[in-house]
Amino acid sequence: MKLSERARDTPPSGIRRFFELAEEMDDVISLGVGEPDFSAPWKARASAIHSLERGRTSYTTNRGMYDLRAAISEHVTRYDLDYGPEEEILVTTGASEAVDLALRAIVDPGDAVAIQSPAYISYGPGVRFSGGDPLPVSTRAENDFVLTYDDLERAGAADAEALMICYPNNPTGATATRDELAEIAEFAKEHDLMVLSDEIYAGLTYRGDHTSIATLPGMRERTIVFNGFSKAYAMTGLRLGYALGPAEAIDAMNRIHQYTMLSAPTTAQYAALEALQSCDDDVQDMRKQYDRRRRFVISRFRDMGLDCFEATGAFYAFPEAPYDDEQFAEDLLHEKGVALVPGRVFGEEGHGHLRVSYATGMSDLKEALNRIEAFIDER
Amino acid sequence: MDAKRELVDLLLEDAREDTETMARQLGRSQDEVEEMLDELESNGSIAGYQAVVDWSKVDEDHVTAEVELNLELDRDTTYAQVAQRIAKFDEVTALHLVSGDYDFDVTVEAESMRAVSMFVSEQIAPIPEVTQTVTHFVMKTYKNRGIEFTERDDDDRLSVSP
Repeated sequence: MKLSERARDTPPSGIRRFFELAEEMDDVISLGVGEPDFSAPWKARASAIHSLERGRTSYTTNRGMYDLRAAISEHVTRYDLDYGPEEEILVTTGASEAVDLALRAIVDPGDAVAIQSPAYISYGPGVRFSGGDPLPVSTRAENDFVLTYDDLERAGAADAEALMICYPNNPTGATATRDELAEIAEFAKEHDLMVLSDEIYAGLTYRGDHTSIATLPGMRERTIVFNGFSKAYAMTGLRLGYALGPAEAIDAMNRIHQYTMLSAPTTAQYAALEALQSCDDDVQDMRKQYDRRRRFVISRFRDMGLDCFEATGAFYAFPEAPYDDEQFAEDLLHEKGVALVPGRVFGEEGHGHLRVSYATGMSDLKEALNRIEAFIDER
Repeated sequence: MDAKRELVDLLLEDAREDTETMARQLGRSQDEVEEMLDELESNGSIAGYQAVVDWSKVDEDHVTAEVELNLELDRDTTYAQVAQRIAKFDEVTALHLVSGDYDFDVTVEAESMRAVSMFVSEQIAPIPEVTQTVTHFVMKTYKNRGIEFTERDDDDRLSVSP
């Protein structure tokens, strides 16, 4: 069979190998899961059920149900974002589709797209699928994995067409303050970069309020913001996300969307509408529980003597590995049955670190950390 | 959030959690947590710690009933005085003064339906202020103290995912 060059050149995800290793074993406690251990709020699920019972199984408009876009428009005002439901919001099949559409809408063959690194595993391949060339921009542990003007300059991002950032961050759990984002914004404006800002974890911020780079002066017109319902609303399987941006960009994305996905799943849109209207308390409750686990996990790693910066968002800790991260993750899995993800999977800059998801109940979390501590002590 | 309130939230989720873990979760020292616990216990904010039991799995004969009571008080008697008298019985596991069609909502637990019936008719009904009792036997408990009594769902997430 002849496969396209693009497909042939796409390596399997580094996570895949660990998934396969973990699947072969019994009684694995997994801290490798990038999704909430909670179920979607019941009210949202009930709304999805009702929509099915009423036979609401047709397509919606390409951009998504108007009521949902209006609710999103209202919802994002909490981050000081102001986007109109008519032309500046697009409802997508997960935030992942929104990222893909944005890349395809703005990247031409050969364009470089700077990507903050370590980064979510899909950004690099996404850039390649759109015909562009990913340009990793290393963030550093000493800067708490927040991108700086110097990082961008050093990596040669001035020649890129766009910059992809993600705060709160997967895999590091880093968040960026307004001042830190201002440095990135300055660089983007100076070098005329579009900024693609993945803010899927915005609702899971544990120190201060989430700040979107689109709220900084001169940034709204050059930023596309991605968000969705997978993380804060624990709705990963419902696959619903959205993009916010200038009308021209959203229109371009919608032109691709209408020929590919057509519209996001209708049932999920009803669930999302209900989630925005009445599930804030559920989100706050989940956030509170993640926050407690976050403190627990970080303090345990520090007591084990592993350097672990204060992750302040998402649901990941990113401690340093005692030795080669991939080897450590593999040894730990085989010897103690604890799965976590080596940092290098998220890019070269993740080397020497481990992504530890605390989207896991406290009893499993405690047991997993006890096993990690015992494993380190035995060496 | 107030630290004591946060500690209470943790205990409501799992009162068996050890103080070291709670201290880490709250970002406080173990001594601080133990001090707050002592204070909450000694001032009566935390009145006790109990398990939430699904009796259908422990003792099939165990019976729970919700009993509505109507009262008629004279000038010298208060709800509190009658409540104090009723609350002393071991069979009474909860007692609330409520608004609406009746006055007290009493939870009665005993080893059999007959034992509950005997208790209500011989101990509660004869109280001079009690004018009416209506007993509702609990047929099945689906949720108690915020915990659903269903088979636990397995975690069906992939063991490693993006």
